[in-house]
Amino acid sequence: MVKEEKEIANRPDNTAFTQQRLPAWQPMLSAGIVIPGFVLIGLAFIGIGVALFVTSRSITVLEIDYTGIEKDSACFKCSNADVKNCVCNLVFSIDSLFEGPVFFYYGLSNYFQNYRKYAASRDDEQLSGDLDAFTAPSDSCSPYDYNSNDKPIVPCGAIANSMFNDTFVLYRVVNGANKLVPLDGKGIAWWTDYNVKFRNPSVTPLKNAFNNTVKPIFWPKPAYQLDASDPANNGFINQDFLVWMRRAALPDFRKLYRRITDGEYAKGLPAGNYSLTIAYNYPVESFDGRKKVVFSNVSWMGGKNEFLGIAYLVVGSLCVLMSIVMLIVYAKFKFPEED
Amino acid sequence: MLRRTLNRWLGRDERRVDSRNICVGHRSSSNNEAFIPPKFCDNRIVSSKYTVWNFLPKNLFEQFRRIANFYFLIIFLVQVIVDTPTSPVTSGLPLFFVITVTAIKQGYEDWLRHKADNEVNKYPVTVLEQGRRVRKESEKIKVGDVLEVDEDETFPCDLILLQSSREDDTCFVTTASLDGESNHKTHYTVPDTEKDLESLNATIECEQPQPDLYKFVGRMHIYKADQEPAVRSLGPENLLLKGSTLKNTQTICGVAIYTGMETKMALNYQGKSQKRSAVEKSINAFLLVYLCILVSKALVCTTLKYVWQNKPGQDEPWYNEKTQREKDTNLYLKMFTDFLSFMVLFNFIIPVSMYVTVEMQKFLGSFFITWDKDFFDPEIKEGALVNTSDLNEELGQVEYVFTDKTGTLTQNNMEFIECCIDGFQYKYQDAGTDLDGFCVTDGPANKVQHKAGREKEELFLRALCLCHTVQVKESPEQGQGQRDGLMDHVDGLGVDGEGLHPPPQEQRGFIASSPDEVALVKGAMRYGFTFLGFESKTMKILTRDNDVERYELLHVLNFDPVRRRMSVIVRSKSGDTLLFCKGADSSIFPRVRQEEVERIRMNVERNATEGYRTLCVAYKYLNAEEYAQADAGLREARLALQDREEKLMAVYNQVETGMSLIGATAVEDRLQEEAAETMEALQGAGMKVWVLTGDKMETAKSTCYACRLFQRNTELLELTVRTLEDGGRRREERLHELLVEYHKKAVQDAPPVKAGVTRAWSSANHDYGFIIDGATLSMVLNSSSESNSSRYKNLFLQICQNCTSVLCCRMAPLQKAQIVKMVKNSKGSPITLSIGDGANDVSMILEAHVGIGIKGKEGRQAVRNSDYAIPKLKHLKKLLLAHGHLYYVRIAHLVQYFFYKNLCFILPQFLYQFFCGYSQQPLYDAAYLTMYNICFTSMPILAYSLLEQHICMEVLLDNATLYRGIAKNGMLRWGPFFYWTLLGVFHGLLFFFGVRYLFGNPALQDNGQVFGNWSYGTIVFTVLVFTVTLKLALDTRHWTWINHFVIWGSLAFYVFFSFFWGGIIWPFLKQQRLYFVFANMLSSVSAWLVIILLILLSLLPEILLVVFRKPRGPHAGQLSQEGLLQTARLHPSHHLPIST
Repeated sequence: MVKEEKEIANRPDNTAFTQQRLPAWQPMLSAGIVIPGFVLIGLAFIGIGVALFVTSRSITVLEIDYTGIEKDSACFKCSNADVKNCVCNLVFSIDSLFEGPVFFYYGLSNYFQNYRKYAASRDDEQLSGDLDAFTAPSDSCSPYDYNSNDKPIVPCGAIANSMFNDTFVLYRVVNGANKLVPLDGKGIAWWTDYNVKFRNPSVTPLKNAFNNTVKPIFWPKPAYQLDASDPANNGFINQDFLVWMRRAALPDFRKLYRRITDGEYAKGLPAGNYSLTIAYNYPVESFDGRKKVVFSNVSWMGGKNEFLGIAYLVVGSLCVLMSIVMLIVYAKFKFPEED
Repeated sequence: MLRRTLNRWLGRDERRVDSRNICVGHRSSSNNEAFIPPKFCDNRIVSSKYTVWNFLPKNLFEQFRRIANFYFLIIFLVQVIVDTPTSPVTSGLPLFFVITVTAIKQGYEDWLRHKADNEVNKYPVTVLEQGRRVRKESEKIKVGDVLEVDEDETFPCDLILLQSSREDDTCFVTTASLDGESNHKTHYTVPDTEKDLESLNATIECEQPQPDLYKFVGRMHIYKADQEPAVRSLGPENLLLKGSTLKNTQTICGVAIYTGMETKMALNYQGKSQKRSAVEKSINAFLLVYLCILVSKALVCTTLKYVWQNKPGQDEPWYNEKTQREKDTNLYLKMFTDFLSFMVLFNFIIPVSMYVTVEMQKFLGSFFITWDKDFFDPEIKEGALVNTSDLNEELGQVEYVFTDKTGTLTQNNMEFIECCIDGFQYKYQDAGTDLDGFCVTDGPANKVQHKAGREKEELFLRALCLCHTVQVKESPEQGQGQRDGLMDHVDGLGVDGEGLHPPPQEQRGFIASSPDEVALVKGAMRYGFTFLGFESKTMKILTRDNDVERYELLHVLNFDPVRRRMSVIVRSKSGDTLLFCKGADSSIFPRVRQEEVERIRMNVERNATEGYRTLCVAYKYLNAEEYAQADAGLREARLALQDREEKLMAVYNQVETGMSLIGATAVEDRLQEEAAETMEALQGAGMKVWVLTGDKMETAKSTCYACRLFQRNTELLELTVRTLEDGGRRREERLHELLVEYHKKAVQDAPPVKAGVTRAWSSANHDYGFIIDGATLSMVLNSSSESNSSRYKNLFLQICQNCTSVLCCRMAPLQKAQIVKMVKNSKGSPITLSIGDGANDVSMILEAHVGIGIKGKEGRQAVRNSDYAIPKLKHLKKLLLAHGHLYYVRIAHLVQYFFYKNLCFILPQFLYQFFCGYSQQPLYDAAYLTMYNICFTSMPILAYSLLEQHICMEVLLDNATLYRGIAKNGMLRWGPFFYWTLLGVFHGLLFFFGVRYLFGNPALQDNGQVFGNWSYGTIVFTVLVFTVTLKLALDTRHWTWINHFVIWGSLAFYVFFSFFWGGIIWPFLKQQRLYFVFANMLSSVSAWLVIILLILLSLLPEILLVVFRKPRGPHAGQLSQEGLLQTARLHPSHHLPIST
């Protein structure tokens, strides 16, 4: 019999695949599986939700707008674009210990870092230290590629040009005297940005690499002088620069400015009065923007975010609710195929 | 193609004359000096489409003629020209991929064609030139060359047979590669040509090349030195077609008349018209909707962009100044380019990969039909054949089945049952086989006079032995002997010698074009009259008394379906000229003496009601004068170059008159295996089965009963010539009356049933069956007045649509197609399927949406013209109920899923525009945009669309009603489409806003660092890829290891790719946007949590829907489906490979 079959040349192969008979798992989403599944998922979600919610609640956030549009604002005098080198003082108080480590953010709103032309306006080759790109910046940087004298701008492009340049100094007011709170500018940018993606040209001193180039129009100082105190924080690997270059996703955003981790403030900011001295350089009035500073501590889930916890709680309860409804339906109609 | 059209164009002058003149062997006739040898094309076969030089431009041109490819080309060009958000690579790469793959495939196919062409063109042939035999390459053959072809060789071009090595001036060929018929066909040399081809001086005048394989008319003028030129007629029997093979004949010589692309084979090679499936129409409709969505999205964004920019400070903030060029550009031009940019940004909503996937699914999916071993028929050693893979899903949508009767419902395996001679019934009984063989088994009541006269009996049997075109198959050893000593044998064997060694009956094989004829010859053999075969033009029969009688075959008046009879004119040894005629009763009765008819008509009708095929046999003596007249008429008609058919017909009709009826035969055509079960299943599946046959009404009706198309309680509505003549009034009036009456009965009086109930098959309603015959049908369709015609047609259609089955008998092939067309174009344009096995079914097979050919006994014409071919009728059940159903579900799901997944892919990108100042900033990285449809989400759906069995095959076969669940394109109507679109919108909104609220505080890592816009996009994209893949996983009911592999594999690949893509500084990229974005995202707990939350939330409604759909009772279809799934689960053995 078998021999006979073999003789027939064009008989189709009798394999499981050709005959569409591959062994198959046929899962059934029956109520018997779904109801307990929903209960389990629901409970797990409620658990996570509670954890998230509690964590989020425990995070302290202090947000202060210092745009200065309002007349009573401390920085009102600076909001006029004609005033140069304006400095304003923001005074605030903390009632109880602001648990550390405290993160110091600055925030901008109605600021479109995700604008397409803006987003493309950079030259990653320049930023990776390629000296050829210093003399001939990429077209994408236009109109921030050459200055009016046809000198190449380094770093070129709109993003670099518009780098946030307000600076902050935080004082704790102790007995009427201002005591400087040390701010840590390290570790505010992604590790990979600092160590791999952005590179200074391997020229010492760094200044020489920038010969025949000009600083971005908006910048007060060239790139190699961004941090006079720390040569490892200069040029393209300046952490403030790196933070700025990682463009925000939405027009209302905050960026990490400093961490407060040093010495007596490692445990947090003690209760008391504080004074924030702001060198107000960055104009936002023209496009209806706002500026703010944010002090926040973080948890395992990052910064304060009520949304996640609430969403988890809602979805978790929804699951449990659904399983209850299903159970009622199940009891009433006696799913016919499960008898 | 180009070459062919060029040839045609060049040959236009030649074509104006409707015949061509050819000089045999290029010897121009002396009395025609001014004869300029006309130019004919050479014998090169070009089936290839491209050459090395024109491949690239031509192939590209052909590919971009497809609307989808063209669309993507335009998008690509826009990206290149206009400053657009995504680089041209994102759409160029997939397009390039698709185009390249297609080009490689087509190039390879063309290379194969080139190879095959070369093989044919370089094949060595022997040409006779000035008496020498010259070896040449086949492509060098010119029209007029005389060729020599040996046994088992294939003819290199169309030849007129001049000389054969066989003594009887015949040769045998098989046309297996042309039409698949493997029997030997006899061809004849041109009569009276010189034996010495050297001295043959002749011209051939024949028609211009035409594709009909079975038609040829021509004339040969033979010039002899001192005589008037002789004229011989040429017909298809003299023509040897390129592609057929010489058999049983040592060698032949022939003159080439059609060469190269003008041979009948090449002319037949042209492709058939493309049939498009309903699914494709749905795809196009959906595409239009999505195009509208695309355009409106782009319009909305463009408008809002300019509205927003009008607000002070927003157009050009100080941090993002415009270049001088941008400032100078005209506002309207800017608007236009912005619009184009948005189009480009959202263009992924219509994915190029969908076309590729659909094509692949169809191509690969069709293999399952060819592979199915249930379709393998051990008898013919063949399985199913798929001629087109475009219609796979149409098999699941059939509403009307038009079936042929003979060979389709029945086996076309004829068995002689009984005959009736002179009004007496003779039934053959196996039990009483004595050599005398004649057993008369009529009831005892008829014992008194149970036999017709012996003379009549023998005349009848002689008629059966002579009136046919059957050939005796030479058994191998016989053939061998004949080849070795052809001359000796024929000469050496005398009458007595043959009589001494009658070959054993069992070994005698007959070959004929129609199995009826074989059955009749075999029937005669049982009664002692054996047909021994031809000897040149003489037919030999062995009588009951073991005498060999010889009859000279003078003429064969061939069978044709219009005349429905055939005749032979023979001359007996005694010199009598006899005409024997056999044919359908309706075509014989008017041509015989009426007093004989009544005695036989009764028998014929009784046989017909029993389901037998009946033929009547008549004869007449021709006196010398009559014969001379007939002979002249036939010869003249055969020589005619124009209207030969009509002229022949006229002569036939003239000769076949005034005959005497001798008797009738009854041949049983048994039903195909499982014919009744198949028909029942088809009806159960909601299909209406129409039987279209050329057969008699009674026979067809009994077949219908046997196939359970008509049940005992079916009320038959008859609209035939017989019922029309009942009333005694004018036929037209009666027709009108009957139509109205039936309409009232079947349509108006039928209780108005709700759609849901009609769907249930077992309705208590009256079943109606409708019967109409060809003559009445043509009255209905071509009524005398125009207004009546359309009205009758409507009434007729309405009646038919309300009947469970319809029988149309006495149909001409064209009428079959007419009916199919009528139903096809009726309201709701139902999907039609035609199934047949013979040449007479070709027209309806081509006409219907799906044409199925049965690899039957009536040749391969139907198979060649069909879309699918199966060996047996019973296979239709599985083809439609299992394969068709699954294909439809698969492709419908594929299409809906593709639109869905691209909607929820692009919607977040659209929403992002509201948050980025309508600046066309893409949400996802270019790599993700490009790879989404190619790599991340394409394989699971392809695997699903090839392997899914939402209900297992056995259940589908056992429950025909399941087929109704998907009727009328059920899964691709606007309802389901709307649902999928809604789902896509829901998911898209969820993905975008879920992440957006998360990004309310972008500090998502426990080290306080913030995420940027690429992290945003990557989180959305990750949720997207996982959700759409898991959504498919949720829909998959049949998880084979392949499904597991591709679904989990795709997800793993996505994760792996993202790590890889973000893990390296890519030197060729201008911006390292995604560097470590993915890894950083995974280091954030919040990102993980939001991904899990959004995936689950997206799938939640889906899961609920699946569960809640079940307990709701009224959804009968759903319920049964679930219930059946349950049973399927109880029998896991169905899904284990069956060991051999």
